Amino acid sequence: MNSGLVREFEKLLGPSSVLYRPEDLLLYEYDGSVVKGRPDLVVFPDSSEEVSRIVRLAAGYNIPIVGRGAGTGLSGGALARTGGVMLVFARMNRILALDMENQRAVVQPGVVNYELTRAAEPYGLYFAPDPSSWKSCTIGGNVAENAGGPHTLAYGVTTNHVTALQLVLPDGEIVRLGGPHGDTPGYDLTGLLVGSEGTLALVTEITVKLSRKPEAVKTLLAIFDSVDDAADTVVDITARAITPAACEMLDGWTLRAVEDYIHAGFPMDSGAVLLIEVEGLAETVAAQASAISDVCTAHHAREVRVARDNAERDLLWKGRKNAFGALGRLAPSNYVLDGVIPRSKLPQALRRIRQIGDQYGFQIGNIFHAGDGNLHPIVLYDPRDAAQFQRALEASAEIIRYCVEVGGALTGEHGVGMEKSELMPLLFSDADFDLMRRVHDAFNPDASLNPGKIFPLSKGCGEIRVRPQSSSRPGAA
Amino acid sequence: MSPTPIPGLIPIYEDYARCVHCGLCLNACPTYRLWNLEADSPRGRIQQMIHVELNQQPITDSFVDHIDKCLDCRACETACPSGVEYGKLVEHARARIERDYLRSWLASVARNFVFRHLLLDPHRIIDVARVLRFYQRSGLQGIARSIGVLKLLGVAEREGLLPRIDDCFFFRCLGWTFPAVGPRRARVAFFAGCVANVTFSQLNEATVRVLAANGCEVVIPKDQLCCGALAAHAGVRDGARDLARKNLSTFLRKDVDAIITNAAGCGSMLKEYDHLFSTDEAEHAQARQFAAKTRDVTEFLAALGLTAKLKSLPIRVTYQDSCHLLHGQQIREAPRTLLRAIPNLEFVELPFSEICCGSAGVYNVTQTETSLELLAEKMRHVQSTRAQTIVTANPGCLLQLRVGVEIHHTHQEVLHVVELLDRAIAGARDQK
Repeated sequence: MNSGLVREFEKLLGPSSVLYRPEDLLLYEYDGSVVKGRPDLVVFPDSSEEVSRIVRLAAGYNIPIVGRGAGTGLSGGALARTGGVMLVFARMNRILALDMENQRAVVQPGVVNYELTRAAEPYGLYFAPDPSSWKSCTIGGNVAENAGGPHTLAYGVTTNHVTALQLVLPDGEIVRLGGPHGDTPGYDLTGLLVGSEGTLALVTEITVKLSRKPEAVKTLLAIFDSVDDAADTVVDITARAITPAACEMLDGWTLRAVEDYIHAGFPMDSGAVLLIEVEGLAETVAAQASAISDVCTAHHAREVRVARDNAERDLLWKGRKNAFGALGRLAPSNYVLDGVIPRSKLPQALRRIRQIGDQYGFQIGNIFHAGDGNLHPIVLYDPRDAAQFQRALEASAEIIRYCVEVGGALTGEHGVGMEKSELMPLLFSDADFDLMRRVHDAFNPDASLNPGKIFPLSKGCGEIRVRPQSSSRPGAA
Repeated sequence: MSPTPIPGLIPIYEDYARCVHCGLCLNACPTYRLWNLEADSPRGRIQQMIHVELNQQPITDSFVDHIDKCLDCRACETACPSGVEYGKLVEHARARIERDYLRSWLASVARNFVFRHLLLDPHRIIDVARVLRFYQRSGLQGIARSIGVLKLLGVAEREGLLPRIDDCFFFRCLGWTFPAVGPRRARVAFFAGCVANVTFSQLNEATVRVLAANGCEVVIPKDQLCCGALAAHAGVRDGARDLARKNLSTFLRKDVDAIITNAAGCGSMLKEYDHLFSTDEAEHAQARQFAAKTRDVTEFLAALGLTAKLKSLPIRVTYQDSCHLLHGQQIREAPRTLLRAIPNLEFVELPFSEICCGSAGVYNVTQTETSLELLAEKMRHVQSTRAQTIVTANPGCLLQLRVGVEIHHTHQEVLHVVELLDRAIAGARDQK
């Protein structure tokens, strides 16, 4: 990036809010995923107005912009695939309003998910979307990716908890969508924006719903000798019209890595476990827990444990939420997939994943939101072995293709980003893309915001300008 | 000329690759929380280390700056699901910097004196302490402060961080043995520290009293030296190894059930002496043996169980986790258990107690501004608890929090867990 332009940004934001040296830029070319893309400049705005000024300045020079929160994403959504300016929201991290009576909070996009819950907790409230990265990820990032989490089964994903947004459009204009309380007349543009992965506008303020903590919670751990039994249990629980708040499954292999890390007392020799949580009024919770326990037993659960207190419950969840990282103990790198299948196809999908693993020579771990049919198979690989990494990508693509084939989708909550853009044609026709493109262009006609994301580079989207660089090659860390 | 190899354990590819750059550590890191810069986050620092160590990039000023700014509080290790041993990595990076990077003349002289001479020799510590005590007691300090000479020298802020030197040094107790009160339940060796002998003599005495009152015979080996943590954290590995060798030979000769320290920072180092030696060195196995016996005083007492009678202390108390106890040694419950054992003591959790107070060894001297920024945030949270007493588990944290109370005028008393226990035990004795 030329030094004149750097100076202009410095004049706008101050020197401590602009990074341009190669050694600094290097630290913004990765996120939590396996893909890379290096920006030419990184800026840290402090307010919506500064965001608007940055956008105007960049537009004058025809430079693309990509927004970023904490960089914990798993699809490369917050990476600069085509270079340009990376706009990091991490310093816009103020909770602007906490309205406890109406259960609303207004936050800047850089507020960390967990910090909002921490602030609301004394009032018996919390922010429901709880992705595994909740202790570090930002709410802005949750909005961009429409993040989920274990409790989405009962409470929905991020979009169900966002009521209003303030945005900066690619021409620098600041607009507001939605309202704090309920459905506003006209198009549901808030809903359109949530999950648009930064390709329509930059979100600068978010109004979210806060949920009330339930009167009672019970967390059960059911231990099975086989993955099939655990999968059948999930299908059966939902068939009996019981909706747990969360229903998570970890296979035995993953479980052993997790147990190694947290020592929660997960059995080392089991085939799979289900982590099931029920919430609500004390009486209902007790009844549901016992019904679930019966279903587990009917499907040959070896044991069903109920967490006795909060500490035990936290420990079980700690195991689940840290499972991806815990696999870092087994191989230098891992590739976390995100696919969706109809819940009823769970047992056969798991068998198919095992087959694909055998075929490509990988042992594939499985952790997932079983209640939603949202799978997270994990392929372990060594980034020093380029051929192995390539095989890992092929195996992964095959799993995702299978998900789509059986009537599912190619992402449940991680987003498309640059990781899955090439797989999008599996799910959408040319006509579908054409409609999406028209929506895209209505907001972002010059593709100046987060170019190279969502839409396949290879497929008839000539108007979405992308300039892939060598640095955007997926590859070794 | 090939550079001299760094002694001790050297991280290998797998140690770095364990980091899958998931970012779960970011919000746990005090410096990331302050500046929100990837370069000052654990994930970003590991990436920078990878560039230097694995990609053989040169050590730049920027690299040194970001590694220097790390508190080495190891909160990232608690947050990390992959089990990255960050402390080991950052200490290696610092040893590399120490070997390959030229610091300013003044910094080199100061570091050399402190880490290779002062801390290795109790007599020098005593000499320096006497000079400082004279400065503090003779009225010189008052004069220096009032005529502004400290500001002129640019050390006004740092001078305010100086601990008060004790009237009577704990060094005199080295070599003594204190009998257990009542039937003997254990025989322990007390690790007294270095600077603590001239600034925390009362804490050391309280520790011995509390151990004895709970049935421990306390041996204080004579030939013990500084644990070496300050040198190791600064990358001066040869200095740390010399100290470790001496302590290993001194303590392993004693027939004791446990080696006890009241300093979380020392405890963390003592338990990791094996990192200073490669597996083929004889000291490596000794270090393992030594570590197996080493206990933080809170850890030891909580496991042993308190038998001394405790008087009621009706005060509102909050606890700041010492990083090297919580993150370095993964001990969270022991100090809380001991505090809750004191009758009528009202214990309130301190919000964000898992975040460093900014003391971090010599960090408050080398990175004063950042340290004071962290301290200001800490005192804000302390105020929210409305506690009368702040308790913690490490001398460095005690010093820092006392400075915090003074500059923010918050009026709490700052004590070590064992000092509060000592008070409760003494009260119970008086009541008899």
